Amino acid sequence: MMDSTSNKIWAKVWMAIVYLFLYLPIVTLVIFSFNDSKLVTVWTHISFRWYTQLAQDSDLISAVLLSLEIAGLSALMSVFFGTFTAYALNRYKRFQGRTLLTSMSSMPLVMPDVIVGLSLLLMIVTVQNWLGFPERGLFTILLGHALLGTAYAMVVVTSRLREMDSKLDEAAMDLGCKPIQVFALVTFPLLVPALVSAFLLTFTLSFDDVVLSSFLSGPGYSTMPMVIFSRARLGLNPTINAVATVTITVVTIVVIASSFYTSHQERKRKREEALAYSDSNK
Amino acid sequence: MAKIQSFFTSLSTGRLAVIGVPYFWFLLLAAIPLLIVLKISLSEMESTSISNMINWSQGWPRLTLNFASYQFLATDSLYFKTYLSSIKYAVITTLLCLAIGYPFAYYMARSPKHMQPTLLMLIMLPFWTSFLLRIYAWKTLLVSNGVINNILISLHIIDTPIEMMNNSFSLLLGMVYSYLPFMILPLYANLTKMDMRYLEAAADLGTSPFKAFWLITVPLSKAGIVAGSMLVFIPAVGEYVIPELLGGSSTLMIGRVLWDEFFSNNDWPMASAVAIVMILLILVPMGVYNKAQAKQVEGR
Repeated sequence: MMDSTSNKIWAKVWMAIVYLFLYLPIVTLVIFSFNDSKLVTVWTHISFRWYTQLAQDSDLISAVLLSLEIAGLSALMSVFFGTFTAYALNRYKRFQGRTLLTSMSSMPLVMPDVIVGLSLLLMIVTVQNWLGFPERGLFTILLGHALLGTAYAMVVVTSRLREMDSKLDEAAMDLGCKPIQVFALVTFPLLVPALVSAFLLTFTLSFDDVVLSSFLSGPGYSTMPMVIFSRARLGLNPTINAVATVTITVVTIVVIASSFYTSHQERKRKREEALAYSDSNK
Repeated sequence: MAKIQSFFTSLSTGRLAVIGVPYFWFLLLAAIPLLIVLKISLSEMESTSISNMINWSQGWPRLTLNFASYQFLATDSLYFKTYLSSIKYAVITTLLCLAIGYPFAYYMARSPKHMQPTLLMLIMLPFWTSFLLRIYAWKTLLVSNGVINNILISLHIIDTPIEMMNNSFSLLLGMVYSYLPFMILPLYANLTKMDMRYLEAAADLGTSPFKAFWLITVPLSKAGIVAGSMLVFIPAVGEYVIPELLGGSSTLMIGRVLWDEFFSNNDWPMASAVAIVMILLILVPMGVYNKAQAKQVEGR
């Protein structure tokens, strides 16, 4: 028994060390955003000067707005195309070129960002030579983020589709639903929680991306990560700590809220299923 | 006739659209761009558009291929060294993630059931906050007048700051830090499903816990180990942001070489050739992974 208690202590210590490792940099960022000193790493006393400076930093603010716009639009596109892909691969087990679609859709997941960025840019330049558009800017960044996001959204939606009972679809079809009605009335409502988490995931991916944006953006289009990256390359800058703190706060609230939403939905669904079964057994 | 008929049925059931839309999307944004990279890697600086590569001789189109970029890649030892060093850093990162992540995932899978969602969420949470900002945070911690050195000096543990930035230490630290959740999540998913009766049976038969761990737990979690290692190794090989912010100039990484060829030297064929060789490097472990996955599906 001695062995098992020491094992438990060891387990707790190991987990605590890993969590400390994961959270140490985040906590430091937040603490030093309230530091008065110009030197990011020397603590003097508490102040909000970097937040006032952030509020006046028009470059950074317009970059944040651009990033939000791109993240919102690309997340919508990602969820749309990701659902399509997941549905096609999940419902149609045999069609010509299925293997090609599977490998193409996982390509953005396995290729390093630099390769995805380079290949998309070269494609866009080729199209530009032929047709004269698209101009590099918001639209081209959007395409890149939507491609990456589609692959991730597909994974999220696929795992939900796999869990779902295909009997429900079959029942709806037996009752005379057309395929489009089956999707709209049965599949889609069941998918909503997965779509919400896919949206959040792809929004975050887009909001966080620096490599694809750097390849695909044109003059005058700098996203928030691009601005932060170019400043971080030059050295340490307390305004970055302030931006970080704001981002971390928003993200934490959204992630916790969404996890409550998902577990609530799950419980609701289970309750309804239980009710349905108990009704049918009467 | 039958073919046309089946075409129309598939049109009416929406099958064609459901398959066609993602097909078109990925062909345009994933497959064709990679072919263009391959094509440009085989052209010269001046002639990167397709029309320049096709010569018409005696009424037949003829593709001129130019292997200059690949020749340069093969002869300049710097590229070879960089590929090798990228693989080295990626392998070390993967092993460190495994060494830290395996015990963690193991303990997490065996902690009380009601705690597990919270523990999992705490692993996911940093993953949701900006990767770039977290790497930047390490910079503020590690620089010679950084937070860690300042604390150590004020505690009189050291007199002169320790060099922790712009070397392989800071690079590996940043990579392990960023990719650790990618190792923990598949391992946890695997270990949490494990049938504990195997271990009970082993204990009944007199196997020590230590031996049972190596003979039962580790082999059963092989799929998780492979999946986690791939999820860490593949992005680590091509990583750009971490070496750029934490690695300094002495650590060679191929992602940075590609970036510099493209943005600083404007040498598109060279950047493309670097990319193609990088893809080939990634395809090998990918193949191993797919094989392992297929085996696992068969085994079920």
